Order: sequence, then C-alpha cells, then structure tokens
Amino acid sequence: MSDEPIRVVLAKLGLDGHDRGIKIVARMLRDAGMEVIYLGLRQTAESIVAAAVEEDADVIGLSMHNAGHLTLAPAMLNALAKHDIDIPLVVGGIVPDDDVDQLINAGVAAVLGPGASTEQVVATVRSVVSTT
Amino acid sequence: MSIRGLPVEDLVQLSRNADRRAIGRLLTLVERGGPEAERITELTHSQVEGAHVIGITGPPGAGKSTLVARLIDESTRSGGMPAVLAVDPSSPLTGGAILGDRVRMADADQRAFIRSVATRGHEGGLALAIPGGVRVFDSAGFDPVIIETVGVGQVEVDVTAAADTTVVVVTPGMGDAVQANKAGLLEVADVFVVNKADRPGAANTRRDLALMLELSHVTGQENTDYRPPILMTNSLDGDGVAAVAAAISSHLDYLKSSGKLADRRNIRARFEVTSRVRDLFERSLVMTLGSDDAIRLLDEVASGGVPPTAAARSLAEKLLRETPRADPITTGN
Repeated sequence: MSDEPIRVVLAKLGLDGHDRGIKIVARMLRDAGMEVIYLGLRQTAESIVAAAVEEDADVIGLSMHNAGHLTLAPAMLNALAKHDIDIPLVVGGIVPDDDVDQLINAGVAAVLGPGASTEQVVATVRSVVSTT
Repeated sequence: MSIRGLPVEDLVQLSRNADRRAIGRLLTLVERGGPEAERITELTHSQVEGAHVIGITGPPGAGKSTLVARLIDESTRSGGMPAVLAVDPSSPLTGGAILGDRVRMADADQRAFIRSVATRGHEGGLALAIPGGVRVFDSAGFDPVIIETVGVGQVEVDVTAAADTTVVVVTPGMGDAVQANKAGLLEVADVFVVNKADRPGAANTRRDLALMLELSHVTGQENTDYRPPILMTNSLDGDGVAAVAAAISSHLDYLKSSGKLADRRNIRARFEVTSRVRDLFERSLVMTLGSDDAIRLLDEVASGGVPPTAAARSLAEKLLRETPRADPITTGN
C-alpha cells in the first residue's frame, strides 16, 4: 500500500434506521485520514455494489442493528461474488458473539461489535485493506 | 479478475467498453497523479468526444447534490448518459474526508456514473484531477459530465468555471446578493438557480440577483447576446428542474451558435496546462530546495545576510536552468 488515503464505502443495508453508530464510525475513519463515502440508509446489496465499483472502494463497511446480519451479510457477499468483485466486507453493529464465526466463515473480513474502540476500528479497517 | 493489477492501457481499453470497474480504477489513478495519471491523460486525450461539461457550484447546503440527482434524471430521459464528479473538502488536519453527496443522489437513475472526489488539501491536485477525470468519462462515452463543487475555495470555483456551462445555486436567507458577489460566484454563472424557492425570501433573492446582473451593464461586463437566466427550483420535489435542464441546454446551443464554445475550451486548456506547468515546477522546486547550495542560501536569509528577494531570484534562475534536466515524472512521488 502507498500512502494514498484508504477509500471506505459505509452503508446501512435494508430496513434499519439506526444510523448513530455508522456516523460515529465515519468520523473515526475520517479522523484517521481515510476517505469515507457515506451512502446512508436503506441501501440494497446492488446499490452498495454499484457505489463501491464507481468509487473504487478499498473496503465496504455495513452497519447492522436489526438482527438481520445472518441474512443480510451473506446477501451482500453474494452480490459482490455475482459481480466478481473482491472488496473486503466489514460488519459492525449488534452481532451476538455466537454469530461472529458464522459471518467470518461466510466470508466477512471482520466483525466489530459494540464497545470497539476507535483504535480497534481503524486498525481493523487498515489490516483488512492491507491483506487484500 | 482483479482490475487493480491491470496496466493503464488495458484499463483505458476496458473503459471504452463501458466497464465500470475499469472507469472507477482509472479515476483513482488520475486522482493520485504521477506517471500513470499522465499516461492515462495521454491515452484518453485523443479519444474525447467533446462532452458537455457542466459545473454546479454554490455555498454548502444550497441543495447542489439534490439538484444534480434530478438533472441526472432529466438527462437520461432525453437520451443522455451523465457522469458526475462530486467534490467535497478533505479535512486540513487529518487529510480524511466524509464524502456524502451520494446520499442525496441515491434515487437518481443508476445508469449515471457518480464519483466522489476529496480535495485532498493540495489545491493544485484538484486542478489536475478534475480535467483528467472529465477526460476519462468523456472518452468512455459519457455526456454530459457534471462537476459539483462547494463554491468556497478559489481553485474549486476556477475548476467549475472552466466548465462549458456553470450553474450557480443559491438559496433564500443566506445573505443578500452582496454575499454572493463577495464569493466570486456571480461572474462565473451562466445559469442561476434559486433553490428551496418554497422558503420565505426567495423572491427577494431573485430580485437581488437580477439587480446584480443589471450592474454588469454599468461595469461593462455585460454580454449583449446572452443573459444568465434566474430560475426558481425546489429540487427535493423536482419543481422547476426541467427548466434548469432546458436552460443548460440552451446555453450550450448559444455557445455553439456564437462560436464561444471554442473560446471556453481554450480557456479550459489554458487552465489545465498552466496547472500542469505549475505542478512540474513545484515538483522541481522541492528538489532544488533540497540541494546543499539552497540550504546554505536559506540559512543566510535566516541569519540576515541575504534578503529573501535575492535568494528567491537566485533559486528561480537555478530552477529554470535545471528543470528541463530534472525528471519531473519520477521525482514526483
């Protein structure tokens, strides 16, 4: 990786209006020198793929607070696979510990839960980008 | 297949077949600058079709992104294939940015290609990245190309003003036209939009703008064959946007019929080439300032022995002698 800013696409997928967390994450990443392309609420897997392609994103971050992660994260991964796109996916939000392995096995690059510090969030995004 | 490992020649080829991943990648490389960006510019320059370049500028919160979303729909409806460069500021402290223009464009026609661009602190960079990005879009078959910038920085205003048609968006209640005049936005407008026209004070804003345009007559800036229209919109629900699209296309017709399109494009070429020359010299200057002679000279200025004016002249002469020999492409990164 060069010292070019990491470009992150952040979105809420599906019917989930809890956007306080994702806005805080956007600030954390911006303050770490990244370029955050914020898509906002009620995105579809297809609209996120389209934005990530147009923005040439290094990583996609999804925020999930509606207990839909076991359905929506795989749907997102399928959409990326369908379009033959290898951008890593990070999931943040309310994900029970028992579900984390399942998401990782499905192909999610990292899961960040409540209480993750700024340092953890930034380090996780950096490491996920540098290994792809 | 990973698009990232491909040489720029292949990416440019793919972009002509409307491969959106290739276009996305090319835009990243153009924005980054350096040898690959220069190569892309060389490959795409001869392929441009002359897309209509539309600049949208105005103060933060005026509703530019929402208006752009509606203009995208107007364009695709009439057979256009629009692309957008949406510029937002980088933080001067961390270099990071939150690029949020897409939020307002979420429901626009998906065939449009929308790319968010951060100013990245170095103003000269934007002056090179924007024309480079326009060229990538143009050579890939997009027309029109819309550049949206926050009308606060001088370079951003310059970049937008280098468009074929510049739309200045204002809103009621943001101060009188003196404010708009101060921002340097009035001179560059080909079309004025008073957005959020359902709000109180819209008629006053319109009148103030009209008055300012009248003053152009007094100061001798008046263009007798073209007068910028002042249009009222509410871009949230689309009111008045069709008239804006029509005014933008009439302005293009005017440019073509009056022969002024060539003038505009000359100005654009001049602006870009000047920026590139400045960029080359700046990169050489970094090298020149690192030489032992220069360091000694700067020490003498600091200790009071040599005046800064004489030091600058001496370094400028050195720079002019050495620039052709320096390899500006490889010294940049």
